[in-house]
Amino acid sequence: MTTDILEITVLSLRVSLLATAISLFIGLPLGTWLALRRQLRGRGFILSIINTGMALPPVVVGLFVAMMLWRSGPLGSLELIYTPAAIVIAQTIIAAPVVTGLTASALQQLNPRLRLQLMGLGASPIQMVLSLWREARLPLLAALMAGFGSVISEVGASMMVGGNIRHQTRVLTTAIVLETSKGEFQNAVALSILLLILAYMVNLGLTIIQQHGTR
Amino acid sequence: MAEPILSVMDLMVRYANQTVLQVDSLEIQEGEVLAVIGPNGAGKSTLLLVLGRLLDPDAGQVFFRGKSIQSEDELAYRRRIALVLQEPLLLHRSVFDNVAAGLKFRGLPHRDVEARTNEWLDRLEISHLRSRPAHRLSGGEAQRTSLARAFALQPELLLLDEPFSALDAPTRLHLLLDLHTLLSQTSITTVFITHDLDEALLLSDRVAVLLGGVLRQVGHPQDVFSSPCDGEVASFVGVETIITGIVTDSQNGLVVVDADGIHLEAVGDLAIGTHVWYCLRPEDITLSLSEGTAISSARNHLNGRIQRLTPSGPLVRVIVDCGLPIVALITRGSANDMKLMEGQPVIATFKATAVHLIPR
Repeated sequence: MTTDILEITVLSLRVSLLATAISLFIGLPLGTWLALRRQLRGRGFILSIINTGMALPPVVVGLFVAMMLWRSGPLGSLELIYTPAAIVIAQTIIAAPVVTGLTASALQQLNPRLRLQLMGLGASPIQMVLSLWREARLPLLAALMAGFGSVISEVGASMMVGGNIRHQTRVLTTAIVLETSKGEFQNAVALSILLLILAYMVNLGLTIIQQHGTR
Repeated sequence: MAEPILSVMDLMVRYANQTVLQVDSLEIQEGEVLAVIGPNGAGKSTLLLVLGRLLDPDAGQVFFRGKSIQSEDELAYRRRIALVLQEPLLLHRSVFDNVAAGLKFRGLPHRDVEARTNEWLDRLEISHLRSRPAHRLSGGEAQRTSLARAFALQPELLLLDEPFSALDAPTRLHLLLDLHTLLSQTSITTVFITHDLDEALLLSDRVAVLLGGVLRQVGHPQDVFSSPCDGEVASFVGVETIITGIVTDSQNGLVVVDADGIHLEAVGDLAIGTHVWYCLRPEDITLSLSEGTAISSARNHLNGRIQRLTPSGPLVRVIVDCGLPIVALITRGSANDMKLMEGQPVIATFKATAVHLIPR
């Protein structure tokens, strides 16, 4: 059981951190682009879609991803269903709108004239964006924490696309559900505490980075 | 004159189908400080953004050292100039990091960044604040940081957008004098925006008056203030009495203007029948209580009644109804000595030489 727990914990972390990282790669540039392109047509519409995406029920995402990845589904030939990769895909779909939406709102809170001022000091577009990210690092790291929080805690999608297969796709949340349904409440509670500690550790790290240099 | 460092031709900026800026021609010489003055919403900031290549005009060209800035590489151009916006928009970092920001954007070696940042922290008297986070600065300190950040770039052209508008009076004056010194020491070509005439007088070699988005007059500050080209410019530069009239007599360099039946004299050489604005600055008008005391070399004496007395600092602004409203500015002491009251009859006296006539 101990080795099982270790395995489950490591898989949970790996899958959720990877999904968060991919979400960051998608969400940070996309959110920045949406925040800075004030003139963009349909910007409000896109933002409303993304904000809705922030409230996507994981189980619904799981269902759609599962339908895509089933043998008979359009992406069935990839043979990804019931693999950790499938969980990563589903969790990325859950976390990406969170990171995108919160990135956009973080950058929209900055003074719009700061961009002009940075460019007036000779910043290239990339230097300008990097400076803005640094200015908004508190809410941006909050976006990252929210993205990680949304996936480390979800159970619906992991269950749907991962299948809770022992030694393969069992993560902490699906294990908790299983132990509870078996009546093994002690195990369920122990795993829950482990999950909380894990979430705390990751967020503590991010909070330390976030608060560094703020006085 | 040498070739101008910056010249603007047929510039036009529209916003929502309205022309917000129209400058047919404007030239700035190397080393010159040009103040662009005008009331709020006159298009001053828009002009500065165009000159800084942060806004593309709808028509027209801006030439920098003979080359159109629209055809030049945008970033390369922006790195030859420096722009300071109205509020000091500092980054949430230390004062040192803020002053160094533009130098780092340019990829200067670490040693040079350090040296130039230190030099300008020193020259703007903020060395002691170098490690303080920018959000804990006072308004004046923040503006000094913002100016140091721009000066450290050693730009070929410095664009300043009302850098003092948000400061309290003593802080503003101190910084204004320091900026004056820095501009004369560095001889950086500067375009400086303000709605404050005193700032323009102190800092600039020439002023450009922008009203309603249109460049109305460019010239030496004294010329613009004493000889505005039209009624609106006159009113903006502090000519408070502007009377419309017709020239009825003109000989030996002296003209008589009829304004609603009142005859006024002025030095000038305009043809009879010319419609004019008859402009007077409030400080050129003397008030006296009775005819006896009013004998002087002044050519104009108008009887009237005090309509309104408004204290303004050590001075009192007096509006006298002489059939025409005339605005005079006198010291509070004189107002007290003469026991001026609203409704009281007075004589407004002014010299024919104090009048500026503008043909309409």
